[in-house]
Amino acid sequence: MKRTVPMVIAAVTGFVLIVSYFIPLTEEWGSIAMQWFNVLAAIAFVLGGSNLMRMNLQKISDRRPGWGYAAVTLIAFLVTLCVGLLKVGVQPTESFPTNAWAAPYNQEGSFLWWLYEYMYKPLQATMFALLAFFIASAAFRAFRAKNPESIALLATAFIVLMGRTYVGGLMRDVLPASLEWLSFDSMTNYIMSVFNLAGMRAITIGIALGVASTSLKVLLGVDRSYLGAGDE
Amino acid sequence: MQSLIVAHGVADFRSEISDLRLLISDLRSQISALWLGLVVGLVLCGSDHLAVAQEPPRSVVDVTATDHPNDVGTTIDVSWTLSPDDDLNIESPVVSAYHVLRKQDGDVDFVKIGEVPSQTETFTDQGVQRKRAYRYQVVTVGPGGESTPVETNETVTPIMEWFRTDRGWLAVIVLVICGAVVAFIAIAKSGRELYIRKIPGLEAVDEAVGRATEMGRACLFVPGIQDINDIQTVAGITVLSRVASLTAEYGARLEVPTARSLVMTTARETVEASYLAEGRPDAYREDDIYYLTDEQFGYVAAVTGTMTREKPAACFYMGAFFAESLILAETGNAVGAIQVAGTAQPSQLPFFVAACDYTLIGEEFFAASAYLSGEPVQLGSLRGQDVGKLLVAALLLIGCGAATWVEVNSSPTAVSVMTYLQNNVLGSGGFLP
Repeated sequence: MKRTVPMVIAAVTGFVLIVSYFIPLTEEWGSIAMQWFNVLAAIAFVLGGSNLMRMNLQKISDRRPGWGYAAVTLIAFLVTLCVGLLKVGVQPTESFPTNAWAAPYNQEGSFLWWLYEYMYKPLQATMFALLAFFIASAAFRAFRAKNPESIALLATAFIVLMGRTYVGGLMRDVLPASLEWLSFDSMTNYIMSVFNLAGMRAITIGIALGVASTSLKVLLGVDRSYLGAGDE
Repeated sequence: MQSLIVAHGVADFRSEISDLRLLISDLRSQISALWLGLVVGLVLCGSDHLAVAQEPPRSVVDVTATDHPNDVGTTIDVSWTLSPDDDLNIESPVVSAYHVLRKQDGDVDFVKIGEVPSQTETFTDQGVQRKRAYRYQVVTVGPGGESTPVETNETVTPIMEWFRTDRGWLAVIVLVICGAVVAFIAIAKSGRELYIRKIPGLEAVDEAVGRATEMGRACLFVPGIQDINDIQTVAGITVLSRVASLTAEYGARLEVPTARSLVMTTARETVEASYLAEGRPDAYREDDIYYLTDEQFGYVAAVTGTMTREKPAACFYMGAFFAESLILAETGNAVGAIQVAGTAQPSQLPFFVAACDYTLIGEEFFAASAYLSGEPVQLGSLRGQDVGKLLVAALLLIGCGAATWVEVNSSPTAVSVMTYLQNNVLGSGGFLP
């Protein structure tokens, strides 16, 4: 029962979504199914939040290594939750001059807005900026000329890299018209629009077929590994 | 005497000046009258000109209303040809908008239902009922007033279509591919052996878990950052089921940080089932599958922190990934973990290929569940995918052949065949919805 009911729900919802794509009468059903998912996901957020609290409290109480991070996480979580729910620092608006509670929680100048602008966004940007260094370190390893294949990869990467920079366009001015195709930007365009695009399309077609097959397995109940334990 | 003469002269001079003043005053009044005349004339001319601009704009022509195709019968498309006065080259605009009016069968008067700005030739009425007849009028509106309404010649009755004919070819393709998958599953069920090529990335799963066990370190499984409604997450969870079976069998620790609450719940159920199936329910630790945050970079920070502190021996990245893919994979590489990744995000595949030991590319990722389970029924679905590939290859050949034919022989037949293929079978109505 524990596995059968979710499987039936998944199958019915999946078939409704497929049918709604082809039959106008059922178009509404598809959007209703998606609304139900959003409701469930919102309720499940309580599960996630409570799990986060429990895990971190346990870590602090057991004084496990790194419990300080758990404390910071908990404090940040609770402060954000409270200032957002209580609308701390929110000022009344023209529409509701006597009632600050009616103003939006993320109003400019509110505490939540301040947290978002001056703490969350810089932290997010910092994490994203790390990507530049990771790209450099990954490229350093990937482009080592060890064998003919890696040499071809290195040469292609070099051409595309140069073609995407200012230098790529400079070569066009130096080369005669008959040899213009040898400029970095011309070669880059050719590589991207022929080799790269063809490879990408092949992968995309494979992905589309894989999605269709996996969806069908889930809908038909052939693959039930995601349903977990329980009697049939 | 002299003084008398002077006094008389002064008096004369004064009277002359007085005359001159009168003359100037007269001249002034004449000039004022002239100015007044000029101004009045100009105003009159201007008002005459203004009177021309204030005239109502001319009407639109050819108002038609048609039932919107492929809907449930609640939409009608109204179209018309622009008023001759609706011209962008005219300096002062004569047309500002078009008003659309509707009359339902049985009503006496037309009722305004919408307004569109100038230079618009269509209006979609989404407020009609099925099987009721409607008639429409379009009125051109400008600073000078409203034009004479222009009415549709015939009434239009919206009807419901039972099938989206514009997606007909897609339905055919879906049926062929799904039919092939179902057929091969049935063949596999009958006991016929199916050959499946080896996928190195999936062969490496056993090796990675074994290595983690030998080193006495944990295995880290990252199921992507999307929710359970994403098919990539579902595919990732099915791989997790196999990884969990191995960790249960070998006695290694499995850690699963998630970015969505529903994924956490699903992952817990899946891992618990695998431990139960392996006869090791005692080894299952619910707390090792936990929720972190929905925020992309917050999640990355937490996972990379865990990696750096705990140094897992094997890292699996299976699901939907975006900019965080390389941050995760490079951190895993830095801590010396053996890494296996799988995703259906084409833009992230190069990052995983560069940073991980094994990468499941595209369809391999979706084949993982069937491949790892080894169940004949699931393997049958992979053969069904192959039929899909054959169909795609055939369509590609037909498309290339038709395009070449058009290049060589640009006859109307060749062009119409090519156009039909591009717009239907190979286009938005078919293979590229």
